[in-house]
Amino acid sequence: MNYEAVIGLEVHVQLKTRSKMFCGCGTESGAEPNTRVCPVCLGYPGVMPVINAEAVRKTILAGLMIGSQIAPFSKWDRKNYFYPDMPKNYQISQYDLPLCVGGAVIINGKRIGVTRIHLEEDVAKSFHFATSSGVDFNRAGTPLMECVSEPDLRSPDEAFAYLTALKEIFISGGVSDCDMEKGQLRCDCNVSVRPVGQQAFGEKIEIKNMNSISGVRRAVAYEIERQISALGRGEKLQQETRRWDDEAGKTFVMRTKEYAHDYRYFPEPDLMPVQVTDALLAEIRQLIPELPDAKRLRFVQQYGLPEYDAGVLVADAAVAKFYDAAAGQSKNPKAISNWVMTELLSKFAESKITPGQLAELVGLIDAGQINGKIAKEVFAEMFGTGKSPAAIVQVRGLVQVSDTGALEAFVDQAIAANPKSVADFQAGNPAAINFLKGQVMKLSKGKANPQVVGEILQRKLAAR
Amino acid sequence: MSLHTLTIHELRAKLRAGEVSARQVTQAILQRIEAVDGRLKSYLWLNPDDALAQADAIDQAGSAKGGKLLAGVPVAIKDVINVTGQPCTCASKILQGYVAPYDATVIHQLREAGAILLGRTNMDEFAMGSSTENSSWGTTRNPWDLERIPGGSSGGSAAAVGADAAIVALGSDTGGSIRQPAALCGCVGLKPTYGLVSRYGLVAFASSLDQIGPFTKDVTDAALMLQVLAGHDPRDSTSVPQAVPDYAAILGRGVKGIRIGLPKEYFIAGLDREIEAAVRAAIQKLVELGAEVVEISLPHTEYAVAVYYLVATAEASANLARFDGVRYGLRVPGGDVIETYGKTRGQGFGPEVKRRIILGTYALSAGYYDAYYLRAQKVRTLIRRDFEQAFQKCDVIVTPTSPEPAFKLGEKSGDPLKMYLSDIFTISCNLAGNCGISIPCGFTKDPQLPVGLQILGPAFGEERVLQVAHAYESATNWSKVRPRL
Repeated sequence: MNYEAVIGLEVHVQLKTRSKMFCGCGTESGAEPNTRVCPVCLGYPGVMPVINAEAVRKTILAGLMIGSQIAPFSKWDRKNYFYPDMPKNYQISQYDLPLCVGGAVIINGKRIGVTRIHLEEDVAKSFHFATSSGVDFNRAGTPLMECVSEPDLRSPDEAFAYLTALKEIFISGGVSDCDMEKGQLRCDCNVSVRPVGQQAFGEKIEIKNMNSISGVRRAVAYEIERQISALGRGEKLQQETRRWDDEAGKTFVMRTKEYAHDYRYFPEPDLMPVQVTDALLAEIRQLIPELPDAKRLRFVQQYGLPEYDAGVLVADAAVAKFYDAAAGQSKNPKAISNWVMTELLSKFAESKITPGQLAELVGLIDAGQINGKIAKEVFAEMFGTGKSPAAIVQVRGLVQVSDTGALEAFVDQAIAANPKSVADFQAGNPAAINFLKGQVMKLSKGKANPQVVGEILQRKLAAR
Repeated sequence: MSLHTLTIHELRAKLRAGEVSARQVTQAILQRIEAVDGRLKSYLWLNPDDALAQADAIDQAGSAKGGKLLAGVPVAIKDVINVTGQPCTCASKILQGYVAPYDATVIHQLREAGAILLGRTNMDEFAMGSSTENSSWGTTRNPWDLERIPGGSSGGSAAAVGADAAIVALGSDTGGSIRQPAALCGCVGLKPTYGLVSRYGLVAFASSLDQIGPFTKDVTDAALMLQVLAGHDPRDSTSVPQAVPDYAAILGRGVKGIRIGLPKEYFIAGLDREIEAAVRAAIQKLVELGAEVVEISLPHTEYAVAVYYLVATAEASANLARFDGVRYGLRVPGGDVIETYGKTRGQGFGPEVKRRIILGTYALSAGYYDAYYLRAQKVRTLIRRDFEQAFQKCDVIVTPTSPEPAFKLGEKSGDPLKMYLSDIFTISCNLAGNCGISIPCGFTKDPQLPVGLQILGPAFGEERVLQVAHAYESATNWSKVRPRL
């Protein structure tokens, strides 16, 4: 029997705000344990939460970027469960009236629906030692946005693409840095399988504990395989929660349905509902940046780039911005793209090159001032020093030799010194000309215009 | 002259005139506590040295002679409000050893007003109870009869003020916990409108019902305390951002033309005869003073106790979840974290607290939420509407505060339902978010026990409530009768 997978993702994103969700403590990570805490985020007796307005704004912005309806009225609820990383043993979250409803992310032309985005508070971090455990509450109370997708994904690759697209969107809006290694983005996957053609969903199995986007892809792929083969053996699947073990490359049962929590949600009596005014919405709309998808399309149309190039460039907002500026000043946007993708992308943060300088370098090549080989040398110096390419070329005397008189002398020298290659060429091996071309380049110390050298060689060899 | 018997406004006059110092006032109170509190047991914690140091600081700064409303006045605090450096156990074993690292907003306001933070008063554990018998640290006695309860949950504060062992005290009122003990101990107890006084720093029992308020010896002091306590607090999102009126300005205006509503549902079978007589006499007095009486109806009154014990316990079940032995207070170690939770909470909480946590957890559970919690919230809305409609016909509502006078220790502790009915006249006010006051309006004959008159107002109707209370108090002498201890 043929099966298809049905996948939905619950993505938790730490918001990029200066202070925590319900108190004034800082949100920066890496501080000594329990130094970014106060009575409020430690859940001391008698404290009360106060809503972080910036977190609400960032969540609304996230919603607007994926086309959500922003609820004019949303409220807070308590989600009750006991765990040492939860200071109050309830989490302030949003249950039935979230801030953002609906929306979608487009991946490869396919619409992946988003059910809702709501705002809540992050929990602390537990550490387990040989004979004891400790809890670091620095993270407790960090604003956390939960974005729940519709079960619209059908393959591990789609899950991967959706998560990548979502991440790009949130980064581009400044909503979050979405660094999965730092736990700024976390993802739970709901995976089920069903016979192709069947409408009803199979038993939903939730997988937790993936710490990279590729981990998500592998976990989902594993889980689909596991479920299909279990069904193939005639087993019945049961709703359960499983933990992904990245090293083992497998999922393991965490808890079955009968141990599912009853969270006993009820409205948070310490907080007033959030009312989003039209004025606030209008203000936040101003902050919506060009979305990655739109930018990709614009790069293809405006700069004539292949889809592939546009995709690579847009994946990193800073790179995209650099490219946009450089290409805008250049007559050869594709060449700019090649330079950025092959030379700049892997070490973008260390580069001292400005967009204008890269455009200038491409201009020098296109004008025949320097050749590609020299250009790489110039680029290396630009990268480390931030000097302009024209200045480097001038100081180091790297201007390409296109003067036919000088080049003809080098060609004659090369022909005279390599009779074997000349004979090979004349015997019908056209590749032999490349060796001769190389000799001419060597004689010119790399400055010869390779195109002109080729033409002279062809002419001279033909004439013999 | 015995300073401890004076009111805030009487003391303030003497302090301002330089006739007495803050130290003398504090010493007088400490001596009175020394003399009576062995029998009364109203205080859980006192630090005389610290109180005297606070008094000295005020004397040295000369601020007792300035305009601060409470400069040099010692205030007793119910053990449910956080004061930096002081214990705050909520009369529960589970908070044994906890020392508050921060000031509640009301404490900050008291400090700003020059008050001396004297000590901490006994209460029912986590404010759950009507007799103070649920305290983990022993029962407070009624100053009028040491064999009787002082009411609750703020029984320590009520007994201290009633026995002149405090000039003034703070309490909290979730379903009557200020008004009922005030009535039973013969003092004035004010429950402000929900949102008028900040709850930040008040250990929550039921967040949508709790309010902090004062116990005082007369209505003038209640107005003065409200002046200090009221006001918007950015740390409490449920506190209302609106200007605080001058409460003292309304006192002395009399009750001419004031319409007093008498809810027919409150004068019921089961109401103590002597209490009914005292309350009817008080109403007659108000009529003599120029008030009009209007019969009103609060038709959903009979559901109030049921609604209260669903909403309050549901909220409490979450509010009390934080007491788990992980971060502060009692920890009884177990083999793993779940066992530690179980042992800590099992040994830390008393039976009434456990009963309410279980009840509230049940009311919120999947499959029961709609039938209990949600239904209760809907009826709560109906109760609020009852009051809104009633207050279109009258300015204040007058009722007994408690259906009976102080009862004997142990008389009801075996029967929670009977105990819950002690709050039958006070609970609706919290459910509706309104304000109310209890003032002395007489005594039962034998034994002589105080009777309280409850005056209820609409949300933010404190001025009208205080006006009526003050008019009645000025025309009678009940507030001046003190217990013989």
